[in-house]
Amino acid sequence: MSVLTVIAAGPLSTIQDAGRVGYQRFGVSVAGAADPLLHAVANALVGNGPAEAAVEFTLSGDTLRAEGGPCRIAVAGDAPLVIDDAPAAAWMSHTLAEGQTLRVGTLRSGMRGYVAVAGGFALVPALGSVATHVRSRLGGLDGDRLKPGDRLPLRADAAPAPDLVLDPADLPLRGETLRVVLGPQDDHFTPAGIATFLAGPYTVSLEADRMGCRLQGPAVEHAKGFNITSDGIPLGAVQVPGTGQPIVMLADRQTTGGYPKIACVITPDVAALAQKRPGDTLRFQAVSPAEARRAHARFRDLIAGLPQLLRHAAAFDLYGSERLLALNLIDGVVASDAD
Amino acid sequence: MTPRLLPAGDCGLVIELGDGIEPGLNDAVHRLDRRIAEAGLPGVVETVPTYRSLLLTFDPTVTAPEDLAPVLLELAEGVGEGAVAAAQRWVIPVCFGGAHGEDLDEVARRTDLTTEEVVRLHCAADYRVYMLGFSPGFAYLGGLSDALHLPRRENPRLKTPAGSLMQGGAQAAVSPLAMPSGWHLLGRTPLKIFDLKRERPFLLAPGDRVRFTAINAVAYVRLADAAERSDLLPECEA
Repeated sequence: MSVLTVIAAGPLSTIQDAGRVGYQRFGVSVAGAADPLLHAVANALVGNGPAEAAVEFTLSGDTLRAEGGPCRIAVAGDAPLVIDDAPAAAWMSHTLAEGQTLRVGTLRSGMRGYVAVAGGFALVPALGSVATHVRSRLGGLDGDRLKPGDRLPLRADAAPAPDLVLDPADLPLRGETLRVVLGPQDDHFTPAGIATFLAGPYTVSLEADRMGCRLQGPAVEHAKGFNITSDGIPLGAVQVPGTGQPIVMLADRQTTGGYPKIACVITPDVAALAQKRPGDTLRFQAVSPAEARRAHARFRDLIAGLPQLLRHAAAFDLYGSERLLALNLIDGVVASDAD
Repeated sequence: MTPRLLPAGDCGLVIELGDGIEPGLNDAVHRLDRRIAEAGLPGVVETVPTYRSLLLTFDPTVTAPEDLAPVLLELAEGVGEGAVAAAQRWVIPVCFGGAHGEDLDEVARRTDLTTEEVVRLHCAADYRVYMLGFSPGFAYLGGLSDALHLPRRENPRLKTPAGSLMQGGAQAAVSPLAMPSGWHLLGRTPLKIFDLKRERPFLLAPGDRVRFTAINAVAYVRLADAAERSDLLPECEA
């Protein structure tokens, strides 16, 4: 059976799936892919369902070698790739022959990329999921980030399959606006505080990880202190501690906390936020719960419909894979290409 | 008790029954939690019962807050009254003081009690699992004797051993994993509070009751051996 061996590891690479659902009542964080859309894109390119475990890398990727057999593999994210010595395209599936090495470089845009293998990784789930939560040592390989020498067993041997591509221009553009539903504790803020929050703008600070994203911008005014009786923290919750600077809670968030939550960023926009870099600007826009639900459904449809966006690389070849390679090698092409 | 339903994003809803940390209110939360579980509402993914509210996560492609709201309000009717939801009552053995509980002497000194009195107060308390949070299996226990309330340590420790019986402010806990903590360490249980290898990985569930019983260092070693070899659970009173 094939194994992917980690030759060199990126700064923070972890195995992630759709998260550990159902154990928050026991204090277990959900974890899972910070950006479920790109996670699903990588999976779709190798024929996996959207919840299959993949490697999530942060800014820079890993060097992985196929051992014991071939491996079909794909990278979602704007990173340069090299297979042995030859440049290769992201947003496209490749077959690594036994002994071949894939080197994933540094993202030109975005914060996180995903590496998926056909059939997924044969890892033992902890509490129903292989999502890595480093702080509680759960999931992945021994609950830890990838390290050189780690061996990731593949569940299936690579069956020959055509290489597939996805044009990232077919994915919706992610702007700087994050949609929120106000509450649950918006009544802990003054009307001026809420207006400040919605006017922004905020920038992503250096204190941004898989647990939360601390923002910098106009201070949000509390109406009745900044302590509440600790309660559950939903995905995307915007906590405002005493400093008045919002913190958006992401996949690895703790299950409970005692800061008031002025609003919650909706799921598709939490995924978009996970791709923001320190220094990026963003603004919040309040939407109704009904609108939030429709946006959620569209996001779910987008993920479910990813296989329809795939094309055969061979049929696409005239300008397809070369263009994709160009997309991958030349900065700015993605943005000018999006209409 | 008038429940408030509060929006929590596109997939969440908070059912708030009141405010503060109070046994009757927390009983109501756990009763409602049980009622929601038993109702088997379509689209409900999970609930997180806490001191005075529940966070309910739902699948917005299956259900909507306006569908859930009337059902939840109906389930919450009379939730503040009646018998406490049948909870499990655990008796957890603890070896107090010395290397097992480095702060026992200091807690005694700062509360003007003898170490024996501190141990006796911890063993006499009927602790309630108000909620779990912070880390897997970490149960916030309410019911610490007023005589023992102390602020947290000025210098939090970077690492405290798993199984520590600790107290901070008005609360107590037994730590499931080695973790940083500013709480005072009183003793240690040989039992595993969180063990993935066990059929029941989390010893304590929201709403459970806990009593502590003092054991000596010899019994600690014997029980720790047994806990290592089997999925030893503590005594359960009901």
